[in-house]
Amino acid sequence: MKDDFSMSFYEEIQKYHTFDFDGFFQRLTGTDIKKIIGKNRLNEHDYLALLAPAAENYLEEMAEKAQSLTIRHFGRVILLYTPLYLSNYCVNHCIYCGFQVNNKLDRKKLTMAELEREAEIIAATGLKHVLILTGESRKHSPVSYISECADILKKYFTSISIEIYPLEEDEYAEVIAAGVDGLTIYQEVYDEEVYALMHPAGPKRDYRYRLEAPERTCRAGIRTVNVGTLLGLNNWRTEAFFTGLHADYLQNLFPEVEMSISPPRMRPHLGGFQPMVDVSDRNLVQYMLAFRLFMPRGGITISTRERSELRDYLIRLGATRMSAGSCTAVGGRSEYYSAGQFDISDERSVSEMAKMIYSQGYQPVYKDWQFLSDNA
Amino acid sequence: MWEEVEKVSDILKIGDRELTSRLFLGTGKFSSNKLIPEVARASGAQVVTVALRRVDLKYEEENIAAFVPKDCILMPNTSGAWNAGEAVRIARLARATGCGNWVKIEVITDNRYLLPDNYETIKATEILAGEGFVVLPYMSPDLMVAKSLVKAGAAAVMPLGSPIGSNRGLKTKELVRILVEEIRLPIVVDAGIGRPSEAAEAMEMGVAAVLVNTAIATAGDPVTMAKAFGMAVEAGRMAYLSGPGDIMDVARASSPLTGFLRDA
Amino acid sequence: MKIIVNGREEILEEVTTIAGLIALKELNPNAVIVEHNYNLVKKENWSDMVIKENDRLEILRFVGGG
Repeated sequence: MKDDFSMSFYEEIQKYHTFDFDGFFQRLTGTDIKKIIGKNRLNEHDYLALLAPAAENYLEEMAEKAQSLTIRHFGRVILLYTPLYLSNYCVNHCIYCGFQVNNKLDRKKLTMAELEREAEIIAATGLKHVLILTGESRKHSPVSYISECADILKKYFTSISIEIYPLEEDEYAEVIAAGVDGLTIYQEVYDEEVYALMHPAGPKRDYRYRLEAPERTCRAGIRTVNVGTLLGLNNWRTEAFFTGLHADYLQNLFPEVEMSISPPRMRPHLGGFQPMVDVSDRNLVQYMLAFRLFMPRGGITISTRERSELRDYLIRLGATRMSAGSCTAVGGRSEYYSAGQFDISDERSVSEMAKMIYSQGYQPVYKDWQFLSDNA
Repeated sequence: MWEEVEKVSDILKIGDRELTSRLFLGTGKFSSNKLIPEVARASGAQVVTVALRRVDLKYEEENIAAFVPKDCILMPNTSGAWNAGEAVRIARLARATGCGNWVKIEVITDNRYLLPDNYETIKATEILAGEGFVVLPYMSPDLMVAKSLVKAGAAAVMPLGSPIGSNRGLKTKELVRILVEEIRLPIVVDAGIGRPSEAAEAMEMGVAAVLVNTAIATAGDPVTMAKAFGMAVEAGRMAYLSGPGDIMDVARASSPLTGFLRDA
Repeated sequence: MKIIVNGREEILEEVTTIAGLIALKELNPNAVIVEHNYNLVKKENWSDMVIKENDRLEILRFVGGG
């Protein structure tokens, strides 16, 4: 019998290299979709079917089931967090990113004093969950720097997630020991050929190393993992499919880790790269609903890339985490100003977000985790 | 759900064998061993379990293996074992008789309900799988234990439906369903199936096979009951393969959740 | 000599082999399995295994079971 643990996710994806997605989509009927919506446990092909054009006529039915599942598994609750950019030094040439090495912007990295200042401002809003980000630079933001920041931030926040460049397993263990409990890492594009086009140079060019980063992190003992594709770079249906597969694969391999996805859509940014593919609100919603039916206990994080009115609706459609009071510039909350990674669409403060969430009959949650150090 | 389903002939692969019958037969509690060949044939079973016991030195006894049809796979169980070490010992002894390398691991230290010790079972599975046995562990349905059994090298997983001999049916249905959905090995429900309808119920859920002993052995007419079970297992399997229609169990919201997308 | 067979003490009048013991008990050699001091002894070796003082023997067979 095939060993459950033998195939890496890279090998799993290879199986779809010659898969006829268009043929699969064309053969689907409304009856197929309805049957899948009614199923208790969806398999991979069911998930793919719900991402197909054929499912677009059934969004309302999908939404009702998705809402019911979300309420049963998560309650009427939205967890709030905010991103904190530590450093925008980056050696990569990602053609779609504001921080890429060729773009002219003030490169900055927070000193520990500046970090404390940012942390104070954020902590004053009541938030307890923070996501720290850096560009890829082992020179300016090495693992030791990130651990040092986590050490400081522990004083202000009870949960620290990282969204940084891929590390080795022992390096993940190091930051976890320093207080990090969550990982966010987006593959950006799961299609290997398109990935190569988007990442012409720099360490991020290594597709497989990035793809397998979540596995290394889980083995190192992380508590939560958030994966995703950057919508707009490639055919959204197949990218959404591989994202779901990735989350499912990780959940099977590491049943104890909390899995979630983010569906970030491309936003205007420095550099002016235009999305290859248009991803409409309808597409975004279909993705969220399909994922919810495929992984009822998977989290869905919606950032401030999305505009306020849309985010308000997404609360009832399966979102479980949202950022608030966001700023994508390094040190942007204090006096220092420079270009952010992307333009924020929803500029509401934490208290404004909280008010909106309550108005929808949901509860904003500020704290869902408590880091316990050995000295506690 | 995870086994290969061939459309033309629905074969169950376990270890290196291909089975066309999804009913396994137990041979305990029969009023006479002479019934066994007839019962085996009536049921269509290709896998038959036996146990290993001390010979009673005072009375002449029959060798039950002689009553099992030659084309059936003989699967000794390790009943009597209180821990992994004893189960391993029994398995090795059984294999040494030349009956084949299939073994059902049964480690029970509970005399009231005969519930298995999942942890000793995992240990025994790992040792015996490492020695080339085709291991079918009998267990209390628990997803994490099942995952450990997969890792340990089991060829299938055998969760109980309800306690041995109770004939209470599929009381562990929801837990077994989770195993069917999550475990990439054949799931064989073993113990507690009291009626053909319960065997059919298990098969409809996607279970790979069922093992029945008490319900057949203690029936008024074991041969006819064996035939009924054979038919029920086939019916349940066919129903599962034909894909039953699903029920939409979600009511309509008063105002549409995706109405805002109309213009998007 | 004293030996233990199937958990019970027995006295053997004469020195004998496993094959001899099986014959003494009037057991069908094809229907039983013999474990001698926790080691399985194959039927072909029964005539070579001499039984000694305090040896433990398990004589087993297949019976009905679920």
